Amino acid sequence: MVFIDSRKGVQADGTDEGCVTFVLHEEDHTLGNSLRYMVMKSLDVDFCGYSITHPSESKINFRIQTRGGVPAVEPLRRGLNELSDVCQHVLNTFQRSVSEFRSQQEDVMD
Amino acid sequence: MAATMSNVDEIRNRVILGEFDIKNVHTTDYPGNYPGYDDTWNLQKFQKNFRIDVVQMDETSLEFDMVGIDAALANAFRRILLAEVPTMAVEKVLIYNNTSIIQDEILAHRLGLIPIKADPRLFEYRSAGDEEGTEIDTIQLQLKIKCTRNPRATKDSADPRELYLNHMVYSKDMKWAPIGNQADVFADANIGPVHGDILLAQLRPGQELDIVMHCVKGIGQDHAKFSPVATASYRLLPEITLMETVEGEKAERLKRCFSPGVIEVENHGGKVVAKVVNSRLDTCSREVLRHDDLKNAVKLARVRDHFICRYPVNLDITMFREFVKSTSPDLNPIERVWDLLDRRVRARAIPPQKCLGTCRCLCGRVG
Repeated sequence: MVFIDSRKGVQADGTDEGCVTFVLHEEDHTLGNSLRYMVMKSLDVDFCGYSITHPSESKINFRIQTRGGVPAVEPLRRGLNELSDVCQHVLNTFQRSVSEFRSQQEDVMD
Repeated sequence: MAATMSNVDEIRNRVILGEFDIKNVHTTDYPGNYPGYDDTWNLQKFQKNFRIDVVQMDETSLEFDMVGIDAALANAFRRILLAEVPTMAVEKVLIYNNTSIIQDEILAHRLGLIPIKADPRLFEYRSAGDEEGTEIDTIQLQLKIKCTRNPRATKDSADPRELYLNHMVYSKDMKWAPIGNQADVFADANIGPVHGDILLAQLRPGQELDIVMHCVKGIGQDHAKFSPVATASYRLLPEITLMETVEGEKAERLKRCFSPGVIEVENHGGKVVAKVVNSRLDTCSREVLRHDDLKNAVKLARVRDHFICRYPVNLDITMFREFVKSTSPDLNPIERVWDLLDRRVRARAIPPQKCLGTCRCLCGRVG
């Protein structure tokens, strides 16, 4: 069982770097579910899930199990970057749609 | 009649509404689940399929369609909009005089919930422990009003609108009191409550309110008064398919089973035939499944990756255009959401300091 907690450091009983539970503080379903989706879309990942340990504590246990000996931090890092790219793309698309809509409305009013 | 999708496509793309249950709710298109399908994340494929269509946008609400995205992301978007987009709201209420019948704390609570028209991006968060506040993190508002008898009222009138002056205290009576250099910086921005017609208290002659309010920047997670949206919701696009021809009296009954405008009855060579015109309008009550003779004629489904989002906003969406002098003139609360999620994700990409050497690979690239 490998726990990587950003506040407490690593608690590792085994040496298998492919199965890791990351403890993310000050996070909830907002990042947990969206990151889980992005990590699951990766080929290396056998299992990915997250859970909120207790509703009063704002932290999540984010578990990744990989196949093929890939260290678990790799799909995590990739998932974060991909999520960031998705958000950027959605923002651009949204801004474009809003300005198109606005110019359409102005044409109608003229 | 519409051709049915292949079974696999249906499981992947549609949520089926049955009589007693709902099928295919969860996303299943992960790599390895479907032989023959490449479901690995591909940004180009996503960019090609993704689109946003704004349906309606005015000062108080925004409705748009997001197509080609997964529920996990759409929900993250909704959650951030509710809880993590900052706004300004009244936090400290200094009551110098309150002789109205509204108790101090009730009045203070009401004042806190009033939406304030001020661009939160132009302000900082208040530092912890700072009780006074400075011009970069605080907006000061003043409410000073006294109710008096109207000398010009007729003798036997019983209408309070005639008898008293200032007997109804509205949010428009909250006046901005600029501190420091705010008068210059926000010269052309009229900072104050968004709506001027919110009733705060009722007074009678002799009662008065003398209140100073401090507004700070905050997020919905802290207190719901900071949430910029009235309510943030989305629904999946309904899809109604007729599996067989429905004619005559059954067609009329079928039409009544759905929301108005969804099914129309047309005349085809003397016979009335039902046709699906606009399934978007349906509220998916599944009423048709209560009729034994109609329930097999229709297939009710929802498109899994098509989100119809409605965000009624407390603040004025268009107001940001005037406030922001930066290069992004169209940013509004909705757009900032994606910015926020992006920033949150980047913050996570920075690895924990005291970790194994394996974690150092995370250090390599931040965001």
